[in-house]
Amino acid sequence: MELQVRNERENSLKRILFTGTTVQELLRHIKVNPETVIVIRNKEVLTEDEKLNDKEQIELLSVISGG
Amino acid sequence: MDCHLCQKKISMPSLKPDKILESKADTEKKNKAVIALQHGALCKPHFLQYFEDKVFKTINKYQLIRRNDALCVAASGGKDSQTVLYLTKKYLENYKIPATLEVLAIDEGIADYREKTLVDLKQFCEKLKVPLTIVSFQEALGKTLDEAYPLINKDTKKKPCNICGVWRRYLLNKHAKQKGATKVITGHNLDDEAQATVMNIFKAHTALAGRLGPVSGTEELEAFAQRVKPLYFCPEKEVRLYALLKGFQIQFTECPYSREGFRHDIQEMLNTFEHKYPGTKQGIINSFLALMPLLKRKNSEGSSKEIKSCESCGEAANHNTCNACTMKEVLYAAQ
Repeated sequence: MELQVRNERENSLKRILFTGTTVQELLRHIKVNPETVIVIRNKEVLTEDEKLNDKEQIELLSVISGG
Repeated sequence: MDCHLCQKKISMPSLKPDKILESKADTEKKNKAVIALQHGALCKPHFLQYFEDKVFKTINKYQLIRRNDALCVAASGGKDSQTVLYLTKKYLENYKIPATLEVLAIDEGIADYREKTLVDLKQFCEKLKVPLTIVSFQEALGKTLDEAYPLINKDTKKKPCNICGVWRRYLLNKHAKQKGATKVITGHNLDDEAQATVMNIFKAHTALAGRLGPVSGTEELEAFAQRVKPLYFCPEKEVRLYALLKGFQIQFTECPYSREGFRHDIQEMLNTFEHKYPGTKQGIINSFLALMPLLKRKNSEGSSKEIKSCESCGEAANHNTCNACTMKEVLYAAQ
């Protein structure tokens, strides 16, 4: 599956190719600790078991304050 | 994942319009979960209710707010301070408490960082109709942190977070007292407190550890405004989610110095542990709370040293000169 992943903390938008299907698998693939992000799709908060679809855009909001 | 409370047919809360933010009623009615907690998943309305209940219970249990208090929220404009400000105001309104409420922010003078969060804070305070005072390092101490750090570091090797921490606490305490505040409310969350506890253990700072907890300082000491932490039991992820779901305006900015500190490494370590062993941070806090009476007793037994007045500024000091003025002296000597 191919996803567009916007990372708030890195201020980046990356194309990610991976073989999983869930949020949990995506985070593991891109080596992001779920403790440190909130995952958003179309302004909707996703839990880790949520299924992802090909070509979707996903946003990772940073939990950690920058201070 | 579905909300476990919706599945048990526990009635949906928080669908009323928000009086403080003057927003419309929440139309979220699905039972889709927004967070999976150890005791079950929660949908948006149940999570908001759960979070607010937890904060209000903390305030009640530790008597963080009293009817005749003059409250000063120490705020930066980030998720923690916006959340604690909003919920303090909501608590006062819900319980019809006549305590006064105002906000104090410190502008350290960190380029491309603090000015952004202060914009959010100003807008939020206007929306909530709470007065805001901003005190800057530049105005109070003669230099911004960006200017002072390399000069102080040259002689003392102090990290920016050490300098910032000493001056921030100094200015918050000084200005809160000038305002007549009986309590300073801070946005410290469970992650902050778990990190501070571990940092103190790693560095054997048992005296500092005794000052942690939902309430710091005492009402009796006139030299210090008592600090209270309503978000003490709220993990950072829950605070961010609450702020997001409430629609608070928070732009992500990162302090350029934040990755240089010891705290950053502890934060990463605890997040790794929390992911692998859920409940780690809460476990640290529970262990600390069990030990807190002993630590506080040890501190009070060992506190034969009276608190002095700084010879330079008159504020509280352990020695003849307070830490903030000592750093100022180093700064002036280095110029």
